[in-house]
Amino acid sequence: MHILEEKIRSANSQGRLALIPFLTAGFPDRSTFWPTLMELDENGADIIEIGVPFSDPVADGPVVEAASKQALSEGVNLREILQELKERRGLVRAGLVLMGYYNPFLQYGLEAFARDAKQAGVHGVIVPDLPLEESQPLRACLRAEGLALINLVGPNTTSERMRQYASESEGYVYVVSVLGVTGARKELPAELCETLKRARSCFSLPIALGFGLKEPAQLSGLPAESKPDAVIFGSAFLRSLSEGHSVQEFLSVWK
Amino acid sequence: MKKGYFGEFGGCFVPELLIPPLTEVERAMEEILPTQAFQTELSDLLASYAGRPTPVTFCPTLSRELGFDLWLKREDLLHTGAHKINNALGQGLLAKHMGKTSLIAETGAGQHGVATAAAAARLGLSCQIFMGAEDVERQATNVARMRLLHADVVAVESGSRTLKDAINETLRYWISHQSTCHYCFGTAAGPHPFPTLVKEFQRVISKESKEQMLKATGKLPDAIVACVGGGSNAIGAFAEYLDEPSVRLVGVEAAGSGEPGCFNSAPLNLGSPGVLHGSYSMLLQNLDGQIEPSHSISAGLDYPGVGPEHSYLQQTGRVSYGLVRDSNVVSAFLRLSASEGILPALESSHALAWVFDHAESFAKGSTVLVNLSGRGDKDLGIIQKVLNEG
Repeated sequence: MHILEEKIRSANSQGRLALIPFLTAGFPDRSTFWPTLMELDENGADIIEIGVPFSDPVADGPVVEAASKQALSEGVNLREILQELKERRGLVRAGLVLMGYYNPFLQYGLEAFARDAKQAGVHGVIVPDLPLEESQPLRACLRAEGLALINLVGPNTTSERMRQYASESEGYVYVVSVLGVTGARKELPAELCETLKRARSCFSLPIALGFGLKEPAQLSGLPAESKPDAVIFGSAFLRSLSEGHSVQEFLSVWK
Repeated sequence: MKKGYFGEFGGCFVPELLIPPLTEVERAMEEILPTQAFQTELSDLLASYAGRPTPVTFCPTLSRELGFDLWLKREDLLHTGAHKINNALGQGLLAKHMGKTSLIAETGAGQHGVATAAAAARLGLSCQIFMGAEDVERQATNVARMRLLHADVVAVESGSRTLKDAINETLRYWISHQSTCHYCFGTAAGPHPFPTLVKEFQRVISKESKEQMLKATGKLPDAIVACVGGGSNAIGAFAEYLDEPSVRLVGVEAAGSGEPGCFNSAPLNLGSPGVLHGSYSMLLQNLDGQIEPSHSISAGLDYPGVGPEHSYLQQTGRVSYGLVRDSNVVSAFLRLSASEGILPALESSHALAWVFDHAESFAKGSTVLVNLSGRGDKDLGIIQKVLNEG
């Protein structure tokens, strides 16, 4: 079992949802990013997704895009993120996943990236603009180092396509709750239950639900058999940090 | 070759949520577009609404000066002023056949936005145009034209507030409105199937010119020259000649002000391969893979990427790609206007400038066809400003 899957299963075996916060590298700013990451680790994050900034984030809403833009203007880049992670190796208990668009990984060199990510203690990678058909080169490089390429599926992904993804997936599957971009929403769409049910029938991996999440009440309407195994929150968390709330405050409502 | 690829270039690097609508467009391209009924309907629209066929025009004065025969393919005479209408009508009609009720599109200078707005109005589709906030300010006349054509113009405030950000925003909007909207992509770039689809709708340029030049001169032209931003007018002007090895093909990119290290719009000459807006192609980027800002005196070429087929045609050597700086573009604009009585768009002036700058590379008596992709009325403000400052 991949270590990312283990992290989620282990939370589930304690009778709770696994928590996966997303934090853009260099956010809230260069100096507070690393302490914030450590706080997440100490306050119950099972896996932490670190956002690698990109100039043209097409799958992101305004909050993540602004965080990405700010990080770039402060000079945050992939090489530095990997270097700083390497220096902190062994200090973080949570699983570590890098989430970013394809071009920065491609320009780094896929093989070199997989090797350096492994050395930095990273367990998996999410690339929102890399659908199944284009994913083979990166997947092969990551697999050679034992890293998972986490796939995204959504409300308009058919069962047939989900099964194609399932045969290539490791770690967990990222189920996108809405036909839209990242960003907290008041209500999740009515077809969410259907999407989760379909994903459950196609994947044996844990299901992590993301996009639009801000509070546990959003999931209360879901029948037990379509509840996710993990929840991912990005925009709502970044916004909460910007408003001056602590990591602990944000995570406590989810525990 | 892998589907959607031109050699190693192309592909479909988009969020999974965009795969179903892109697959739907691909299916329409394969199943609806080739049918007789669709082709007839499109030909009628192109003829009666857009003004096709456009003529080829011989330039007597310039030919005398240059020592070879200069011809122009007159896309500037089309409704809405440029070749963009060929693609907008094609995709608009396809969208209608697909059962869509709305067109969405990005625009930089506003030419594709105006063409899409016109096509939507004509075809009874609603229309929403995404435009960088900075472009909305710079191109107020085109914004007004789009609004008169009943389009909703959205100013995009994110990123660098220009064309590339308008594309990002249109893709985002498409994710959540895919059941009713078709994304009428403006150039032969973006994710598969757009590079192929846009080429098919712009192919009409070379289909006509081949027949017209044969009729007028008794032979194929010796060279064809077209400007390249995203590359739609060029791919349309080249398409029917790619398998005619005797015809020299030249694409011309915008070098910006021309000083070393200046902002430019010349990824084929000055960029490196990478992924932006759904395809792997030549790109202006830094070493970290972040997209660099572009610049050109002509807003229609101002884009950091280029269609993947051009990257491939450069790699195979079938097409050579030249560079022209802003100042030479203005000279070419003035020269054609004064010599032949035609105001060329600043985009198309790049192709003319390259021909003027490289006149010695064409044999005496040879025939050179420049694709005059658009008319220059929209650029008078810029030209006036340069002349006043000059």
